[in-house]
Amino acid sequence: MSVLAIAEHRRGELRPVSLEQLAAGRDLADKLGGELHTAVIGGDVEAFGAELNREGVDTVHTVDIGEEFNHDVYTQVVTQLTTELDPTVLLMPNSVNGLDYAPAVANRLDRPLVTDVVDIDAEDGLTATRELYGSKAETTIDVHADQAAVTIRPAEWPTIETDGDAAIEAFDATIDESAVRSTVKGFEEVGGGDIDITDADVLVSVGRGIEEEENLDIIHDLAEALDATVSGSRPLIDNGWLAKDRQVGQSGKVVTPDVYIAIGISGAVQHVAGMKGSDTIVAINTDPNAPIFDIADYGIQDDLFEVVPALIEQFQ
Amino acid sequence: MKILVTVKEVAAVDDEFEIDGLAIDDRYVTADLNEWDEYAVEAAVQIKEAHDDVEVVTVTVGPSETDETIRQALAKGADRAIRVWDDALADAGLLDPETKAEVLAAVAAEEDPDLVLTGVQSADDGFGATGVTLADKLDMEWGAVVNDLDLDLEAGVASVHRELEGGVEELTDIEIPAVLTIQTGINDPRYASLRGIRQAQSKELAEHGLADIGLDASEIESPLEQTSLYEPETEGEATVFEGSPEETATELAELLAEKGVTS
Repeated sequence: MSVLAIAEHRRGELRPVSLEQLAAGRDLADKLGGELHTAVIGGDVEAFGAELNREGVDTVHTVDIGEEFNHDVYTQVVTQLTTELDPTVLLMPNSVNGLDYAPAVANRLDRPLVTDVVDIDAEDGLTATRELYGSKAETTIDVHADQAAVTIRPAEWPTIETDGDAAIEAFDATIDESAVRSTVKGFEEVGGGDIDITDADVLVSVGRGIEEEENLDIIHDLAEALDATVSGSRPLIDNGWLAKDRQVGQSGKVVTPDVYIAIGISGAVQHVAGMKGSDTIVAINTDPNAPIFDIADYGIQDDLFEVVPALIEQFQ
Repeated sequence: MKILVTVKEVAAVDDEFEIDGLAIDDRYVTADLNEWDEYAVEAAVQIKEAHDDVEVVTVTVGPSETDETIRQALAKGADRAIRVWDDALADAGLLDPETKAEVLAAVAAEEDPDLVLTGVQSADDGFGATGVTLADKLDMEWGAVVNDLDLDLEAGVASVHRELEGGVEELTDIEIPAVLTIQTGINDPRYASLRGIRQAQSKELAEHGLADIGLDASEIESPLEQTSLYEPETEGEATVFEGSPEETATELAELLAEKGVTS
């Protein structure tokens, strides 16, 4: 009745979700009355293995194959390791890379897969909590199977900081090279502009609520009036209305300005991940139920097209 | 060359809504083509426009009520559509990615595409797992969260960018045939032209039951059961400024001045 959590690393660094999984995994393992195993695949497995040796971990498995993530390799290794250890729950990160191998592993092992869970329980059979409709609703799901695969949402569990006394064991995986049909050539930083939004003290950040590209004028006017920098949420960047390096959020930049003014931004979890560390958060949004108000310090629940011009006037 | 694009009608929920049992009350729901799928369709149509003899086929798992939504993809340039539905699927409750992938794989086996494009996830249940599951069932290579795609048909390679977290992209070569899950922003999805909308009405939209695609309806069973649906509790402690826009703007201006924001 054990739990196996697969760590994630990129370019020489363990991703925080690897340690969050240990908190989620330890809790599950306690409820199941079993051990917590974690595994790291590729890179400097010795250093990563030592870093994963945290309180509550019974065994750290190191798999010395390759440097960076490759989904063909991960799929094969995690499938073999899970077959060997036979955990009740296989935990993986709900990250871009996690979602690039977890579904294939679950399919090969014939385990049901529940992705992007924000809570999980094993007290009375396995149950998972997920969000639906862009965080507007939550649902609980019963998993009708003896064993399952689960991907957990990053930043939902704390990281375990205390050192542990886990056994560290090397695992020998066999890779079928003919089934490795993808090659990672390298990485590229998104950027190109001359503004670094992570340097800004005040960010005027705009979202889908602006509706049309030409409406952006009032946002630029406000930023000018406040001597602030303009940033935005994903839809603005997808539409090409703002440059990619202005994107705040999971796939963009993580910002921590003194003041973050979110205008017409609903506050999807991917956006919040990039700005929740701001000192003061102000939200302007017509929807009083928008999740942005959950993390805002100050809010105006009104039409941005009326509030923003009035605000500009205050500063002229 | 044939490109299969998986598409899905999703429910967009109003800001204010009510829950009716395990679903959002119909009155607060609007049906729409999944946003990610719009980008997948556009990517396929752009490949069709750039090469000779490319057929773009869409496939969906859903009831006949979704036909109108599915035709949006035909209006934007897909050649024909396939829709699979069955009482067994309606009765299965929450369809997990594996069950959906199994249905899609049966269609793909029949169609034998060179490339399968899916959205990264659907806007309603957001599992984000159907595409990669489908790839594994088809024994195809895959790539998840693709935001740049360059196809070299002669070499049989798709050079893609995968959008990782934190403004980093991974550059990967993927052997085709492959399943690629397409991220928003990869292109600029076109609006359907009036001519496109007219043409879509006469394009083929084939309906299949499970037996038609060689699946046994009695074997359809989702291991996931939805047991509750509720609005998450708000944890907010925001100070909300009340009043007219002028009044709230004045209060906010005072606050900003306090925080040291000046023009």
